[in-house]
Amino acid sequence: MNKIITLLRKDILLEIRQQYSFYGILLYVVSTIFVLYLAMGQPEGVVWNGLFWMMELFVCVNAVAKSFLQEGRGRMLYFYSIAGAVDFIVAKLLFNMAVMLVMSSVSVLLFWLLLGDPLAHMLQFVAMAVFGGTGLSLLFTFLSAIAARAQQNAALIAILGFPLIIPQLLLLMRLSNTAFSDVVQGGFYQIVLLLAGLDGLTVVLSIILFPFLWKD
Amino acid sequence: MLHRSWWKILGVALLLYAFVAGFIGPVPAKPILNETIRNLYFHVAMWFGMMIFFIVSLVYSIKYLRSGNLKHDWYAVEFANSGLLFGVLGLTTGAIWANYTWGKPWSNDIKQLGAAIAILIYFAYLVLRNSIPDLDKRARIGAVYNVFAFAMLFPTIWIIPRLVDSLHPGGMGNPAFNTKDIDSRMRLVFWPGAVPGWTLLGLWITSLRLRLKILEEKKLIS
Repeated sequence: MNKIITLLRKDILLEIRQQYSFYGILLYVVSTIFVLYLAMGQPEGVVWNGLFWMMELFVCVNAVAKSFLQEGRGRMLYFYSIAGAVDFIVAKLLFNMAVMLVMSSVSVLLFWLLLGDPLAHMLQFVAMAVFGGTGLSLLFTFLSAIAARAQQNAALIAILGFPLIIPQLLLLMRLSNTAFSDVVQGGFYQIVLLLAGLDGLTVVLSIILFPFLWKD
Repeated sequence: MLHRSWWKILGVALLLYAFVAGFIGPVPAKPILNETIRNLYFHVAMWFGMMIFFIVSLVYSIKYLRSGNLKHDWYAVEFANSGLLFGVLGLTTGAIWANYTWGKPWSNDIKQLGAAIAILIYFAYLVLRNSIPDLDKRARIGAVYNVFAFAMLFPTIWIIPRLVDSLHPGGMGNPAFNTKDIDSRMRLVFWPGAVPGWTLLGLWITSLRLRLKILEEKKLIS
């Protein structure tokens, strides 16, 4: 437990000291949304929703991709000697969840500012965006670990991740569509439960499988 | 067991039975479906084959992670290859069938999407493997991705079709086909004939490819 906190602190400290990566992603979010605004103006609900989740996906790939790619071979060896594989992956999962929590909130805010406000339930949508964003970050954290071990770049993460994430994105879009109208749709909690289950499954699989990736 | 020939003969015999009884056997006359219902023996059997091979591939990946024996990794990748072959054939037979029943080969139906995603994932598995030059590393990372991808994808493929509307026979509910559409005469061809027949043929293909692969690797090592 202590090790996880230390590793997490190390990631946060690095983020605060280097800053460029956090602000880099932030700038990525802002410019993407600005380009979307220039291209689409203020679209209606369905388009708004679709654009939002596509942007979340790309932000997530970019934000999470570096989490393992930034760790050099030597540093990985160092972590290996001071902490276990499970501590390491849990710390990374938590850290990336936090990053996506911030990024999702910022994205919703910017979308609301620039692309208009077709939402009927703002708070509900924010909650779903955060829930979905953190879910995406869990999956891409593990894929980033795989890509880093394969000594590949972010492009491989997209190849590996996009087919895996489509079912989750479909569910998230269905879920968040409910925030655009007052009509109550059936199966709402079913989808929430399913997504939460998938998130749990990702965490469990990451913890089980990461030790195999780790050893060299 | 794989070196014996009885199961190959059995597979061919079952397929002959499935072809003969499948093309001239009696089928219920359903509106729209009509004679295209015979596609059940080919199209649906492909998906059964694909699922079985992907599950076998998963089992060998887990075995590889536990043992570190490269042979298990070869089994995993070859079964994934066969699963992919069956998946592509399943998608094609489905598209041909849909052309006559739905009016167009592709209509973004949730079941078509699910199948396409599954195929993309296994192509990604092959791409990932080929991107790693080191043999042991390739085997290990490939196995990890195989387990992860299977566990992430297939639950959703089994669950989402039950939540979303679909044109596919079975509609909302059964992901594969409508059990009420087919009658006992068709079941007699489908379950004992088509499903095991195609699966055995796929197993035969896989075993041949495996023998080739093992020969290649031996040449590489020596």
